[in-house]
Amino acid sequence: MKKLIVAFLLATVPLLGLAAGGGVHLDDADIDLGDQASLQRGAKYFMNYCLSCHSAKFQRYNRMAKDLGLTEDEVIQNLMFTTDKIGNTMDIAMTAEQGTEWFGSPPPDLSVISRARGVDWIYTYLRSFYLDEKLPFGVNNLVFPDVGMPHVLWELQGAQKAVFKLEKKGSRGNDIQVFDHFEPVTQGTVSAEEYDQVARDLTAFLSYVGEPIQMERKRLGVWVLLFIAVFFVMAYLLKKEYWKDVH
Amino acid sequence: MSMMKNFMGWIDDRYPMTKVWNEHLAEYYAPKNFNFWYFMGSLAMLVLVIQILTGVWLAMSYKPDAELAFGSVEYIMRDVDWGWLIRYMHSTGASAFFIVIYLHMFRGLMYGSYRKPRELLWIIGVIIYLAMMATAFFGYLLPWGQMSYWGAQVIVNLFSAVPVIGPDLGVWVRGDYVISDATLNRFYALHFLVPFVLAALVFVHIIALHKVGSNNPDGIEIKKGPKGNRWDDKAPADGIPFHPYYSVKDIAGVAGFLFLFAAAVFFAPEMGGYFIEHPNFEPANPLKTPEHIAPVWYFTPFYAILRAVPSIAGSAFPGVVAMFASILIMFFLPWLDRSPVKSIRYKGMLYKVMLWLFAINFVILGFLGTQPTTDLYTLMAQIGTIYYFAFFLLMPIYSKMDKTKPVPERVTE
Repeated sequence: MKKLIVAFLLATVPLLGLAAGGGVHLDDADIDLGDQASLQRGAKYFMNYCLSCHSAKFQRYNRMAKDLGLTEDEVIQNLMFTTDKIGNTMDIAMTAEQGTEWFGSPPPDLSVISRARGVDWIYTYLRSFYLDEKLPFGVNNLVFPDVGMPHVLWELQGAQKAVFKLEKKGSRGNDIQVFDHFEPVTQGTVSAEEYDQVARDLTAFLSYVGEPIQMERKRLGVWVLLFIAVFFVMAYLLKKEYWKDVH
Repeated sequence: MSMMKNFMGWIDDRYPMTKVWNEHLAEYYAPKNFNFWYFMGSLAMLVLVIQILTGVWLAMSYKPDAELAFGSVEYIMRDVDWGWLIRYMHSTGASAFFIVIYLHMFRGLMYGSYRKPRELLWIIGVIIYLAMMATAFFGYLLPWGQMSYWGAQVIVNLFSAVPVIGPDLGVWVRGDYVISDATLNRFYALHFLVPFVLAALVFVHIIALHKVGSNNPDGIEIKKGPKGNRWDDKAPADGIPFHPYYSVKDIAGVAGFLFLFAAAVFFAPEMGGYFIEHPNFEPANPLKTPEHIAPVWYFTPFYAILRAVPSIAGSAFPGVVAMFASILIMFFLPWLDRSPVKSIRYKGMLYKVMLWLFAINFVILGFLGTQPTTDLYTLMAQIGTIYYFAFFLLMPIYSKMDKTKPVPERVTE
């Protein structure tokens, strides 16, 4: 019985805080989907840096234009490199076979990547590339070890190296390498703060692409809940009226 | 008015419309002391209707094809008018259905609603629960995400663990050696069919209920009490007509439920990865096993029981037996409870503690089923499994030992 009680108590502990699980610490993406300028910048980075290897094959250009407050002309002139039809989805010319040949595995479609990985993961991922001679593109990633992708934003961020420290965290009290901090190696074209904003804009855009309806969904939800709340009051008063004579 | 009367007369001569209305609504006398827990039955029916309606509309745009399924769900989410709302209502509805049914079942456990003369009513209910689980399992494959695929792989492999016929049984269920297009097609067909069987079973459940009459929080048979109320001098004195009293009350319950339901649909459709699991936004990939496979939350208590039982000679069959036994044991509940009283209100401390521990244990097993196994978690799941079965198997003993309180003559307020 005692064992039972202890087991029950222990079971509630992980429910409280440890549920997030192991792995690398993820930074808060702190995106704002109401900020259209941020989404538009994110779209620009996405079209220029991502959309030649990665597709977003469920996202239509004209839907993006509408949702991001851009005209279709603006999108056609500035953001469409892979097609000239505004109603098309964001496809790429690279085939899965080519992707496998060049990168080891085909770069995944990014339409719903923000929903699979979470925005904090993407934000941290974009900022966690570091120099590593062992990999074919010379970079590794802290949140995606042995990543098959080059650091396509390196011009903006510059190169950085990861500094590890030894800690007694191994299973037998042995020393293991634990990530400590990043150290810049070369200067990028933007400052560290500006690069964080680039990553944030891209993350916001990918979050939008993951579920284009999400802002509208929440806006509408408020009205739905208000309606149901009023309906509940009516239904409750009706019930009270009917039940007056039940004793 | 007289035209309406003539019309109803014409109908009633050919179909017992008025008779059915009276027997099941206007002159069905339900105990007047129903509490919060008695909303769940009507809410379960509401969710079933939501699921069938949204499901039919989803079927108009969904493609049961391994190449197209994942994309067709995104097509529904993006290009179909209001498709996102229909899809979220359906995915939230699946979880809501299980929440409501678990509360409905717990109500039965608390107030002894499975006791004589309601044994068959309970058994039909357990069959409905099995049909629900089958429907949910078939449906979860359809989005064709990583969790759909690997979750189905794990569950179908349970059948493969049966000695001798197992491997053939697995192939028979899948229609292939792995989960594939063939599996997706048949699961789609079954996911469409079983809900209608479910609806028929619900009809039988209600017919059985109206034969024996509703139980109530006091566990008192109002039919055995004094006769005569304001509406009928032969009806139970503590009964009130279902319509309009409970029909009106249930509308308020529906409004309360819809508030929570809409809050989930509009503000948290993924519910932190519990209603829609994050890995399911990656298309199914037979070559890439996710590092951690967990079924959806409503199956996890049974999944925890499955994993808690150690394999014998490398076969997971004992765990499979335990898992199915944990569900099938519910069928025997009416004959396991030997208490002289029905309702928890008049049962003693022993039974109350056993029941609340059972509920807490079920939630803990559910949590453990979502987690990767560790030594501690496996031990906890084993203790939980033992308690789960002990609750049922020892019930004939502790329900008899329990010190009960006297049951009043009439229902209380």
